[in-house]
Amino acid sequence: MKRVYVNEKWCLGCHLCEYNCAYANSGKDDMVKALKNVKINPRIQIEEKDGISFAVQCRHCEEPLCVKGCITGALSIQDGIIEVDKDKCVGCFTCILSCPYGAIMPDDDGHAIQKCELCVKNANGEPACVAGCPNKAIVFEER
Amino acid sequence: MSKFVIIGNSAGAIGCVEGIRSIDKDSEITLIASEPYHTYSRPLISYLLWGKTDEQRMKYRPDSFYKDNNVNAMLGKTVVKIDAEKKTVTLDSGEVISYDKLMYATGSSPFVPPMEGLETVEKKFSFMTLDDAHALEAQLTKDARVLVIGAGLIGLKCVEGIADRVGEITVVDMADRILPSVLDSEGAALVQSFIEEHGVKFCLSDSAAKFEKNKAVLKSGKEIEFDLLVLAVGVRPNVSLIKEAGAKVNRGVVTNEKCETSLPDIYAAGDCTESHDISIDQERVLALLPNAYMQGETAGINMAGGEKLYDSAIPMNAMGMFGYHMITAGSYDGDIYTEKSGRNYKKLFYKDNRLVGYIMIGDIARAGIYTSLIKKKTPLDSIDFELIKHKPQLMAFSKKKREEFLAK
Ligand SMILES: Cc1cc2nc3c(=O)[nH]c(=O)nc-3n(C[C@H](O)[C@H](O)[C@H](O)COP(=O)(O)OP(=O)(O)OC[C@H]3O[C@@H](n4cnc5c(N)ncnc54)[C@H](O)[C@@H]3O)c2cc1C
Ligand code: SF4
Ligand code: SF4
Repeated sequence: MKRVYVNEKWCLGCHLCEYNCAYANSGKDDMVKALKNVKINPRIQIEEKDGISFAVQCRHCEEPLCVKGCITGALSIQDGIIEVDKDKCVGCFTCILSCPYGAIMPDDDGHAIQKCELCVKNANGEPACVAGCPNKAIVFEER
Repeated sequence: MSKFVIIGNSAGAIGCVEGIRSIDKDSEITLIASEPYHTYSRPLISYLLWGKTDEQRMKYRPDSFYKDNNVNAMLGKTVVKIDAEKKTVTLDSGEVISYDKLMYATGSSPFVPPMEGLETVEKKFSFMTLDDAHALEAQLTKDARVLVIGAGLIGLKCVEGIADRVGEITVVDMADRILPSVLDSEGAALVQSFIEEHGVKFCLSDSAAKFEKNKAVLKSGKEIEFDLLVLAVGVRPNVSLIKEAGAKVNRGVVTNEKCETSLPDIYAAGDCTESHDISIDQERVLALLPNAYMQGETAGINMAGGEKLYDSAIPMNAMGMFGYHMITAGSYDGDIYTEKSGRNYKKLFYKDNRLVGYIMIGDIARAGIYTSLIKKKTPLDSIDFELIKHKPQLMAFSKKKREEFLAK
């Protein structure tokens, strides 16, 4: 399956992927309206320290501990992609307790979680973070 | 072709179905459960009363689950006997069903210690099942005074579920703090004060000495008048059937890493079992949903002829009260690192170069990175512990490890 892979040495730490993620999942078609004066809550997050930086988002694990531990069945595997049914999710955060990569976070209002779903549910269809990365520090491919 | 029989219809049982079907698409699976409902998420009964979910969304798996997985679901039937020699189970209807491999995932039941005068209380409830939730809901009124015995996870989730729908709530617990098996004193005090702001009263280090209809007399002498009584003192593994069949049982059913019991071709999973807690290297009952699912799945894979071990069980809890969240895992032993600011609270427990437990309250971001350190027994000198202490992050791992995580 195609996944997003990180090439740490190419990452500029520019945070563009975070903005592209927030925009792609905002449901808005105007970037200014979606992002201006908004504290973004992206599903991909840059870690940085001492000149090293890299992006972290869901690995779409083959043995997803988040799915196995989900207390409601809101998380499931759909054609290899780990998706959340926000209608079912009650925001218990058991999946945040379970994910070894720290790739799940509360959504904006805190009543449910959000996670990378490889943009299959938004208008992009393919990861917006990858499309907008200026230096190919994240790629979407089969490995 | 094998014939699989599963007793239970909750996390352990569903994990077993999915484990079997990941390997064997064709063999017959019969699932038998006393509760007459489509598989539902037990922890959601409090959210149901709170109005945060409904019976459709509470379903733990889609409506088509039994059909999709070719499961013969016999709901509303109770197994009354297991014959491990003849390899049969007998139902309350008298029907006898044979198996090649059996899964025992009967869960646990509320434990009610003998209390003087309890029989004089008219409106008393347990809080374990959908039926319990409905029974309690039918009695909720805007001015009802509710007394909850037990300030553990189940008692407090019940409190959260009904708080907006009743007049007043008092919680009594013998322990000196709330959530005694989940939090340390300091953390418990933080959460308690938050819950109190929602109008809930606590009587800790105290217990109900006797009941007189609508009144409880506590050991301290204090008297509490109530309309509804919720008993949430604790749960006990449902072990009687399998014990009678001859399986080894301590506090819960004894299983090995393949989730086999001591009886041939009988497996067990979930709240009825004991797990090997690797954070303290001891057997204990871990009555938690993720644990039940993963044991069930492991058993299912082994039952179907695959190979899988469940060897990383630890106690772990994620719980919110009125939007204030806490995540905890492992055991609270060894050296301690503490961080506090306002309503955010964190404690890490480490020993012998390993993280063995943690408590996070308020800010719970990326807690799973800590959970993973405990489960994988990651040597702390192989990571930047100073960095990760402050905030869970992958930066604390070596470049090689990061590559393994993110580029493979
Ligand atoms: C209010 C509440 C909140 C909770 N919150 C959380 C939480 O936030 N996080 C968490 O991890 N855990 C939570 N739990 C615990 C969690 O619900 C359990 O760990 C989990 O349900 C265990 O699953 P299980 O399959 O072992 O058994 P159970 O869910 O107990 O199911 C047992 C099944 O076996 C059937 N059965 C039993 N005996 C027989 C018989 N003789 N014949 C036929 N069928 C039988 C029952 O009908 C039932 O279907 C909570 C529990 C409660 C009550
Ligand atoms: S959220 Fe975490 S555990 Fe779940 S699939 Fe993604 S990386 Fe794996
Ligand atoms: S927060 Fe939502 S998705 Fe995560 S475990 Fe709880 S119900 Fe499942």
